[in-house]
Amino acid sequence: MGKNLFQKVWDDHVIRQLDNGQFQVFMALHLIHEVTSPQAFGMLKDKGLSVAYPTRTYATVDHIIPTDNQSRPLADDMAEKMIQVLSEASREHGIEFFAPESGSQGIVHVVGPELGLTQPGMTICCGDSHTATHGAFGCIALGIGTSQVRDVLASQTLAMDPLKVRRIKVDGELSVGVTAKDVILHIIRVLGVNGGVGYAYEYGGSVIDAMTMEERMTVCNMSIEGGARCGYINPDDTTFEFLKGRERVPADFDEACEKWRAYASDSDASYDDEVQISAADIKPTVTWGVTPAQAISIEELVPSPDEVEGLDKNLINDALGYMKLEAGAPIKGTKIDVAFIGSCTNGRLSDFQAAAKAIEGKTVASNVRAIAVPGSEKVDKDARAIGLHEIFEAAGFEWRKPGCSMCLAMNPDKLVGDEICASSSNRNFIGRQGSSTGRTILMSPVMVAAAAIAGSVADAREVFNLTEETS
Amino acid sequence: MSLSKLAGKGVYVQGNDIDTDRIIPARYLKCVTFDELGPSLFYDVRFESDGTSKGHALDAPQHKGAEILISDENFGCGSSREHAPQAIQKFGLKAVIAGSFAEIFHGNCTTLGIPCVVMDEASRVKLTADIENNPESEIIIDLEGMQVICANAIYPIQMKESTREAFLSSTFDPLDNLLGAKAEIYSTAKKLGYA
Ligand code: SF4
Repeated sequence: MGKNLFQKVWDDHVIRQLDNGQFQVFMALHLIHEVTSPQAFGMLKDKGLSVAYPTRTYATVDHIIPTDNQSRPLADDMAEKMIQVLSEASREHGIEFFAPESGSQGIVHVVGPELGLTQPGMTICCGDSHTATHGAFGCIALGIGTSQVRDVLASQTLAMDPLKVRRIKVDGELSVGVTAKDVILHIIRVLGVNGGVGYAYEYGGSVIDAMTMEERMTVCNMSIEGGARCGYINPDDTTFEFLKGRERVPADFDEACEKWRAYASDSDASYDDEVQISAADIKPTVTWGVTPAQAISIEELVPSPDEVEGLDKNLINDALGYMKLEAGAPIKGTKIDVAFIGSCTNGRLSDFQAAAKAIEGKTVASNVRAIAVPGSEKVDKDARAIGLHEIFEAAGFEWRKPGCSMCLAMNPDKLVGDEICASSSNRNFIGRQGSSTGRTILMSPVMVAAAAIAGSVADAREVFNLTEETS
Repeated sequence: MSLSKLAGKGVYVQGNDIDTDRIIPARYLKCVTFDELGPSLFYDVRFESDGTSKGHALDAPQHKGAEILISDENFGCGSSREHAPQAIQKFGLKAVIAGSFAEIFHGNCTTLGIPCVVMDEASRVKLTADIENNPESEIIIDLEGMQVICANAIYPIQMKESTREAFLSSTFDPLDNLLGAKAEIYSTAKKLGYA
């Protein structure tokens, strides 16, 4: 019986079993940012410890950075302090820091792959749940807490239990207007927000095989939203093609590719569970509630609590109450106030290309505040080089500087009151976008673009006349 | 400090899928230490924007001083922010009982010495009703016997064996243990080309 990728990477990185039954696992790459990591340096100091493998850790700032005026010191004193603490700790311990205007700053999960730091077969961790994104390259990529950040800084290892592996096969062909975001929203809808507890998700099948790396990152990014500890896709030629020529890949690239290829799951590998998803069932998908599993296709009606029993009834009632949506009404046509394209889910070049292509020559509805926030300085530079920012600005979007921005609104980009935001990010939790009554509807970048133009939740296929020929 | 047995008053925060954004809203993540997080626990569901109380269970006079938090399925889903368990601990809560837990949250709690105890729905319904009727009842979490005792009733609980072991042997903070393998870490790093 062969092994799956998880088992191979695990076996390579396990150091020993601990007395309580857990395993000590080496972390090949550690990424840190200003929100969850500065405290860990304080913990190290308290214990008189230093960083064991400083060259395996990289730092950037993303969560609290403003996307309009980034001149220092930042207007927000605490934000400024967080950046300073991180940058000073990085300097003190010999950790490379991708500062604003270094050309490499950006959302931590955009930066790692684009620099080629993220490589197949690695164990990767970061004090951030969307670390799962890096699994697109065939890595075990784990979100961790601050005490674990401390553990990794001090020892380059984590104590953890092995995971079960669920293979999710998506087969068939996606129809026009259906994107990677719709695929993952659909998967989470089918398996639920806690369906993945105890599992690593392995995504495969013809749809995943055909995806670009940027699309694969979108899928893996939201594994955590399905409750999985991480998600990954087996490395293949698409992976190697993406990494080729990137700044931080190994000098002997061809040799590295051979090594990387060997990490892919064997054809006779066993899994703890297998799920089959048919591409034909996936439509442009949007959320209607306050968890990413509370999603429907754009053609469907908002669900009604009368259709279910027990605790689920309360869940639907609570979600509808918060979202101020009517049970049984179409989601299409729901008025929006804000449109946000960005985040580590959908803030890469291809996301802006797709949206720009759709909105070129059109205008954002007058009731909508629309912002496009590149995921990194590189994405910004590449987008500007091909004039994407001009297309967005001409349509009435603001083109901002890179950061997490309205994905979690720790910077000045926030919803006001109970505004509704059509968002390409990954979480529609209560209060997620900076207002305790603000409302989020998750969707793909092209669907956000359609909502921005229409002024309400819309079907991108209709707004942009997408047909099989134009796609 | 062994955490094999914990006791205290309980408070029930009803709901499935209570995410870490709700446990501690993002704006309170602006900090470089965790020290001040206690008062911000569940802030947006406890207070209006002008700071007046919404009468949340945590603020009900009968639950003052509660040390055991009870909730439903998938508690702590979402962000990996350790600010969430830190806020729970700084608020004065010592353990969480729920139908199930999100994994990163669970791991964060364990490292901080906050047991996350799984209890089935029928037991939770009875336990929370007991607390409603008599908020002063003491809840005893017994990790040795894997049971919760409250008002003369015994409820079975579950916990991952490695986590239970970590609490019983007081090794829930793994750092010292991890640092004990420096040579093995180095040889693995070397083998993989990272050192
Ligand atoms: S973009 Fe959003 S989800 Fe991604 S790292 Fe930033 S805050 Fe987290």
